[in-house]
Amino acid sequence: MSGYLFRKFKNRLFFVLCGTCVVIAVIPLLSILYEVVIKGAPALSLNFLTQRDAYGGIGQAIQGTLILIGLTGIIGIPTGVLSGVFLSEYGNNKYATTLRTVNDLLTEFPSIVVGITAFGIIVLGVIGSYSPLAGGVALSFIMIPIVAKTTEESLKLVPNSVREASLALGVHKWRTTLRVVLPAAKGGLVTGILLAIARIAGETAPLIMTVLGNSYFFQGFFSPMDALPLRIWRDSLQPYANLQAQGWGAALILILIVLSLNIAVRVASRGRLKR
Amino acid sequence: MKMPMKVGKKSAETPITAQQIRSDAKMQTIELNAWFGMKQALKNINLTVKTNAITAIIGPSGCGKSTLIRCLNRMHELVPNARMSGQVFLDDKNIYASDVDPVQIRRRVGMVFQKPNPFPTMSIHDNVAAGLKLTGARKGEALDEVVRRSLEQATLWDEVKDDLKKPGTSISGGQQQRLCIARAIALQPEVILMDEPCSALDPIATAKIEELIVQLKNEYTVVIVTHNMQQAARVSDFTAFMYLGELVEFGETTCVFENPRSELTEKYITGKFG
Repeated sequence: MSGYLFRKFKNRLFFVLCGTCVVIAVIPLLSILYEVVIKGAPALSLNFLTQRDAYGGIGQAIQGTLILIGLTGIIGIPTGVLSGVFLSEYGNNKYATTLRTVNDLLTEFPSIVVGITAFGIIVLGVIGSYSPLAGGVALSFIMIPIVAKTTEESLKLVPNSVREASLALGVHKWRTTLRVVLPAAKGGLVTGILLAIARIAGETAPLIMTVLGNSYFFQGFFSPMDALPLRIWRDSLQPYANLQAQGWGAALILILIVLSLNIAVRVASRGRLKR
Repeated sequence: MKMPMKVGKKSAETPITAQQIRSDAKMQTIELNAWFGMKQALKNINLTVKTNAITAIIGPSGCGKSTLIRCLNRMHELVPNARMSGQVFLDDKNIYASDVDPVQIRRRVGMVFQKPNPFPTMSIHDNVAAGLKLTGARKGEALDEVVRRSLEQATLWDEVKDDLKKPGTSISGGQQQRLCIARAIALQPEVILMDEPCSALDPIATAKIEELIVQLKNEYTVVIVTHNMQQAARVSDFTAFMYLGELVEFGETTCVFENPRSELTEKYITGKFG
């Protein structure tokens, strides 16, 4: 009987250990959220969301972040999805195996290095000034490997029998991939893309070196532009309480954008499970 | 020689010789060999598939039945590391000739797989229409007519006519398999290959598919791979028995089952091994 009690105790102990670790892991997350909400919420107002710097708002930063998400998406989504298609559908060779390894490496690439690269090539070389385009390119370097990876993984989940069914009807391989395989993997694709957008929306380091920041609304594709992470970074270095409060507000807005994307992911993937 | 099985449907006419079959052959393989990597799956297969008849391929697991029919519509080469040698004629054209597009061959030689595999993202209607839509063969109103005719031919129309918009995966396994047959015949192929089409189905669904296969013979040439010898005896006109990658015996189903030439065939069809 005592043996049974001891086993029961060990069982309980293991459960308590796991539970404690979860609590430890969640503490920083919750305390950040708490801090941001408490300090950021007072700054929120219509004025704050729509006006630029000089009038006490972060409108130009929100605009900049949305423009960056758009630019990055235009470059990153097609490139990433088609790379994933290559790795999954044509990836049975040494070339693709190498690519896959490089891609995994890029997923974990330090974003400051991406920023310096984009600075050297695009800001100094191709364009000659800080530019939203340079920011979009830098962020898509971060987005492409993530989208490629998730696309590859979700395409591999499509059973081979579905591909064979289409090929056996005399459908060309490219059409099979576009019309049969990709739609079957739609849920996973959308999840990957939204997660990548959430990731790039919060990137700061590459933006410091490519779009720089600006206290005016969008000035064209060949001038510096503002973005939420840049605004948070700038405001947090200021000695003035009102600017620091605006920084907290900007942080809250950024978290809300990322959070709503994550919720969208949940909804999208739930739809996939239902089908 | 004892009679292992009664097969009542064929009259006991004189066995058709190889020469006679060839004159009305729809497909014919000549010295067909196939490999997966280093492993040889088919050894020197010379098989003739007669027009508007049902040819059954039987044999124990791993004997190369599926590989053989996948060579008949060039699906074999899609498997990584798979290769083949020899010739396969469709009418009088070698489908492995260098000027032949495998995609075109697959439109003429349709296939139904072991497990029903309707397209998961498409409705019942779109599943049947998929072949025509994706190959760009036909569009618009004629499509609905083709869908209806194909589903009728596959004896599925009455069961699904009110649910054409529902997903292809929402119907039962037997219905899904008939849907896959409808999808294949929508393209009006000349030959239909069936790779153990009933092995995932219950007896009632199996009976329906068998009935359908016999009907299909009027318009198409059918090659069916089966594990089930009774099924081969029930539906087929010709039977090929394969063992370890070799074609051991081929002939009229009645002859193969009632009077097998090879001892191996007799052992297999009497259930001594396999």
